Amino acid sequence: MNPEPVVATDVSTVTPTSSGAELPGSLTSGTGEPQPASTGSARSFGIRGLARWEVALFATFVAVFIVGRVLSPEFLTNYNFFNMGLSNGELAIMALPMTLIIVTGEIDLSVSSTLGLASSLLGLLWMHGWPMPAVIVVVLICGAFLGAFNGFLVTRVGLPSIAVTIGTMLLYAGIAEILLGSNIVSNFPATYTNLGVYGVPGIGLSYSTVIFFVLAIIFGVVLHFTPFGRSLFAMGANQEAAIFSGLRVKRTKMILYIVSGVVCSGAGILYTFRLSTAEYDNGTGLVLSVVAIVLLGGVSIFGGKGSMVGVVFAVLIYSGLLDALLLTGFPQQASGIVIGGLLLLSVLVPSVPEFRARFRAGRHRLRKQQVPEAAIVHSGSVARPLEASDSGNEVGRGGPSI
Amino acid sequence: MSSQDTALIQASGSPQRLVDTVFRLREYGIIVVLIVFIAVTTGIQPRFLGQQNIKFVLLNATIYALLALGETMVVVSRQMDLSVGSVLGLSAYVSSDLFGQVHGIPIPVVFLVGIGIGLACGVVNGAITAFARVPGLVVTLATLYIIRGVDISIIGGGEVVASSLPAHFSAIGSDSVVGVPYITICVAIIIAIGTYSLRSFRAGRELYAIGSNPEAARLVGIPIARRVFSAYAISGAIAGLAGVIWASFYGTVDSTAGTGYELTVVTAVVVGGVAIFGGRGSAAGAAFGALLLSTIATALYALGVSPFWDPAFDGLLLVLAITLDRGIALRLAEVMRKRTFRHEP
Repeated sequence: MNPEPVVATDVSTVTPTSSGAELPGSLTSGTGEPQPASTGSARSFGIRGLARWEVALFATFVAVFIVGRVLSPEFLTNYNFFNMGLSNGELAIMALPMTLIIVTGEIDLSVSSTLGLASSLLGLLWMHGWPMPAVIVVVLICGAFLGAFNGFLVTRVGLPSIAVTIGTMLLYAGIAEILLGSNIVSNFPATYTNLGVYGVPGIGLSYSTVIFFVLAIIFGVVLHFTPFGRSLFAMGANQEAAIFSGLRVKRTKMILYIVSGVVCSGAGILYTFRLSTAEYDNGTGLVLSVVAIVLLGGVSIFGGKGSMVGVVFAVLIYSGLLDALLLTGFPQQASGIVIGGLLLLSVLVPSVPEFRARFRAGRHRLRKQQVPEAAIVHSGSVARPLEASDSGNEVGRGGPSI
Repeated sequence: MSSQDTALIQASGSPQRLVDTVFRLREYGIIVVLIVFIAVTTGIQPRFLGQQNIKFVLLNATIYALLALGETMVVVSRQMDLSVGSVLGLSAYVSSDLFGQVHGIPIPVVFLVGIGIGLACGVVNGAITAFARVPGLVVTLATLYIIRGVDISIIGGGEVVASSLPAHFSAIGSDSVVGVPYITICVAIIIAIGTYSLRSFRAGRELYAIGSNPEAARLVGIPIARRVFSAYAISGAIAGLAGVIWASFYGTVDSTAGTGYELTVVTAVVVGGVAIFGGRGSAAGAAFGALLLSTIATALYALGVSPFWDPAFDGLLLVLAITLDRGIALRLAEVMRKRTFRHEP
């Protein structure tokens, strides 16, 4: 048994150097320092790479709030915090189950339609005179079924989740339309619609915000501190391996989709009460914002990587930024530029070191080869950086990230 | 069932031919569904095959089918382009606004501007996806927001109204020969060329290779980055072209033009038999998928069913299509296994 640990430590010490196999490239720069850093942020699944991303998010968060304060004195007021939470609460809540699902390497694009369907059903049942507590229970159960349907198609039938949930997104939105048609229900009792007007007593934040923070803590603990949560990372990182190590992959994913359905219906209830309006197209288009937030939070679209802290910061950045833009009179519809830019940066920045390493490796390889023909072709070509990156591609030491 | 399998095996010489046959059947399946659907609808409501109605369906399908061509190229290589709706919107506004800005501007120039805008967007998508090796889904999700935002800031609160467009331009969407709009014929030719290129040209074949196994494609020396880049660039250019056609068809262009098109296009592509994880399917199939979706939308209206039912139908169709594909894939794998077993006991 003695050699075993030795081998294990051997592997763990060797891995960083072998993953940074472009080391020859660092000879030209004279220092080995950038290389480990680049491999760390681009490839490491460990705590270091993640921690760095969260620090960056925290810095962005602070920057957004400082800039917001500078631009408008109303930014850092209780009233504004209430509004900020009110308008983004449902979005933020939907990002939580989405995080778990994306960590397992799947996706759920039907969240906004689930919200819309919950809203429609709420309106329909209320219109028919059901008592409100019963309506809420039925809506949540319905949400569980919607999630279970997604989960069934993904886990039992074995269909790709992205296609399934694009389908159910259309389907659920369609059912919402069928249920409510062009009716608009808005005669909800004030006890319920008040949650769009008043905050939680003593805290001052909106109910949806408080619910978000409570759920975020629960989801965060489940994701990071329970065997169930850790198994989600295992599935996302390597599904085959997860199956062979005895994880109940199908059942786990099924549970996640059901949770997502229930939570999104809950968000639908909050949304309906906040606007005190049930319409079939409530929440249309929110899904892309939810996905954007989760990815901005550092969760990998391929699964296996991400943290709840990152997502919470992403939510804060998103709502802070939108609100700051609103207060400064930036056309609200165009705020997509900023959100999209942020999303783009969030995927581009981590890939820069890898790209640079790949580029340098390609150039180094070309120089080392010293094949006259090749040199002429490459130096004469307009698309030289492209060639270099392609040849880096063929050498292919970095993990293929397609 | 097993006698059917044997028949299938005997009918087709090699495993590759068998696979080809099955997936061609899958494409013909869409056409059969389309014909059955039209027949049933016409049986109930004969006016469905009226000239005006056919023209409307075709024009609607034209834009989706064109977008589906670009999307097919991208999806086949295991990527996705979610920005097509925004690109269409931007191109539609900028190109149709040119008529107000520059008097007497020739229509071909307007088309070139539209295609150029689309190409620029596609180049950005492609460059980021291919060379920074970032998943295209995320990149185009971001550019979906950014391009729409740019569109909105350019337009402000304004819009292009139909009356400001020259008659020749609006005629593109309305002139027709024996009930089929000219523009539909042009787009059909473009799709035919696209399908042929994807199937028969080296670059096209390589897109399929990348989609079915990126790692293997890299090892055999396919320039993945360059191919994916081109696919995005072409998809963008096509979305730009679709934008100009959109403008000529609808006449009134505001900042919501093309909103949500990306998901309809992806639906059409998948319903048309293109595998969402790449490597399989054709642009012609995707075009028929688009035609089927437009036909359903109009048929529901013709049958007096509330248009509210339309998205639910699309969603159901998509779920059915991928379930069917999955079934076919499993069945095919089973047949192939039996076959190998028979030949090499």
